Amino acid sequence: MSPETKTGHVGRSKRRNQAIAFGIFRVLGFVVIAILFVIIGFIVIKGAGAISWEFLTGMPSEGGASGGIFPAIVGTLCLVAGSVLISFPIGVLSGIYINEYAHNNWVVRFIRIMNNNLSSIPSVVFGLFGMSLFVNTLEWGDSIIAGSFTLALLALPLVIRTTEEALKSIDDSFRQGSLALGATKLQTIRRVILPMAYPNIITGLILSIGRVSGETAPILFTVAASFLSHLPGSIFEPVMALPYHLYVISTSGTDIEASRTMAYGTALVLVAIVLVANLVANALRNFFGNKVKMN
Amino acid sequence: MKKAFKRFLERCTEGLLLLSGGTTSLAILLIVLFLFREGASFFKSPNIESGYVLAVHPENPVNHLSPEQIKRIFDSEIVRWDEVGGPAMDIELFRFSDMVQYVPEERLGADFEHVPAVVDSIVMAHPGMIAFYPEQFVAPEQQLKVFPEATIRPEDYFLGHDWQPTAHPAPQFGVIPLVLGTLWVSLFAVIFSLPFGVAVAVYLAEIASERIRKVFKPLIELLAGIPSVVYGFFGLVVIVPLIQKGFNLPVGETGLAGSIVLAIMALPTIITVAEDSMRTIPRSMKEASLALGATHWQTVYRVIIPCSISGITAAIVLGIGRAIGETMAVLMVTGNAAIIPHSLLEPVRTIPATIAAELGEAPKGGTHYEALFLLGCILFVITLVVSITVEIISSKQKSNLT
Repeated sequence: MSPETKTGHVGRSKRRNQAIAFGIFRVLGFVVIAILFVIIGFIVIKGAGAISWEFLTGMPSEGGASGGIFPAIVGTLCLVAGSVLISFPIGVLSGIYINEYAHNNWVVRFIRIMNNNLSSIPSVVFGLFGMSLFVNTLEWGDSIIAGSFTLALLALPLVIRTTEEALKSIDDSFRQGSLALGATKLQTIRRVILPMAYPNIITGLILSIGRVSGETAPILFTVAASFLSHLPGSIFEPVMALPYHLYVISTSGTDIEASRTMAYGTALVLVAIVLVANLVANALRNFFGNKVKMN
Repeated sequence: MKKAFKRFLERCTEGLLLLSGGTTSLAILLIVLFLFREGASFFKSPNIESGYVLAVHPENPVNHLSPEQIKRIFDSEIVRWDEVGGPAMDIELFRFSDMVQYVPEERLGADFEHVPAVVDSIVMAHPGMIAFYPEQFVAPEQQLKVFPEATIRPEDYFLGHDWQPTAHPAPQFGVIPLVLGTLWVSLFAVIFSLPFGVAVAVYLAEIASERIRKVFKPLIELLAGIPSVVYGFFGLVVIVPLIQKGFNLPVGETGLAGSIVLAIMALPTIITVAEDSMRTIPRSMKEASLALGATHWQTVYRVIIPCSISGITAAIVLGIGRAIGETMAVLMVTGNAAIIPHSLLEPVRTIPATIAAELGEAPKGGTHYEALFLLGCILFVITLVVSITVEIISSKQKSNLT
């Protein structure tokens, strides 16, 4: 056997191995995407039948087995608004501090480690903490404000990281240019850096809205009511929330089969919120041509 | 003057920024404080139902029983005193509700004022008896021996094999089944999702074109964004019935269902972290391998994967961490039986699911409530260990590559 045919043979089997391996990887990649489409497709198809004007704007009846989910939608909106109002200003400010003010010393390292730790704490632990501090110690009771604070803590690391990433992606020459023109550090941040970072910051914020609206465990003991036939009158009242409502009607109740349709509808509304948040964030990202990473 | 004011304003803003920067640290501090404060008082609570006492005949040498022993005595699993270090006698049980079997109700008095004396006489008449009755009926003139108030010991909690927080007369707070259930479900979740996760990471980092990446990345992000309660619902209506039919089980709510749902939920974390670490491998290494005549595939499995092994390890650890802390999805599909799992086809109960399911029913400040906060502390410590491990692994990779 001549050397040429040998290498030719080996080369072929090498190429074949590569084709097989890469083929498997490609298939697995598409399997993962298929899983996503199966889940979303299943919920969209099953849930579409339940969606109607009455379902979206009606009051629940028979313990959620019929009627609408209006109070849950309003409750989730209240919680998202509340937690956004608390976590966004603090998160954006502390992102600015980490990236613009603090030098690479132990303060930044400490803050970053704390941030990582906070984001890895399980959501149910936030629920326990919220119950202990906001509900019991501060005596706010099961209320929108207690739930909003709990959710805000959960969203905080996300907001901080998004802001940090957005600021990091801005080239240092812009800062130096502004400072060279005699602007102070604060003026530079306000007039130069922030306007450039806004698109990315906003993209991240929208994604974290999607995250917050689906959280269940933190609101279990701080705000969520399983069944209310009226809308909240103040921020010190409990509300229904979409994710908790889905949990309640799919796992308890006298007639689970009857409430299944309602559960599919509720799941669809939840998925729709996340989908819209992701689509908007992606559209913004493509529009501004920059990358913002979540996770 | 104006300049000084401006400078003052700048200082204020800086202070405000520093303050916000400290919020996360403050939050963690508060979480630790409140969680551990509630959790620590658990070990100060009595080891039997609060408000009750246990009493025996004064000649009985036994002075202390663990919650497990008390439970097994009252479940008639332990029937002789010598099994718990006492005399060779049969154990006779006396619950407060058994009172009327011994004496007519009239003898107890209109306001139950004679109860202490009656209990005393009953126990004194039966040397092997153990009595369980409300502490309001303990009186100084009684001759029987009331057990001194004992608290739950850490070993009863951390090494206990039984989680029955509402058991009567001694609630059982043994976390072993919950810890094992959590680890069991999370471990299998990561085993299921690891091959997929790494393969997809390689695909995205090495094989896929930029256009496909642009489509895949947001979709994987979306997979991470779907609320866990929706995953739980999907698991409940699709995966659970499939498992029930597929394995011919009485119930489909099993550890397997939990592992599958968690595996799907862990995918985005594993993919993102593994892919990121593959992308940080210097171009020169890859090019050197290709220049030596290796095919792209050989480069992937001889260079790319070994070089990013610490990133993949970090992905595994993070995935396990996420799975351990996941609450709603697991709560909805695993069946929540607090037993030590032997196979994946049994119902299991995890720590977060226990907290979510039981905290609503536990009276505030009670033993059960504190036990659940202690579970929260365990979770907190586990996730702390996880994030420190990840930190160490990823800093190791950085130093290896440079």
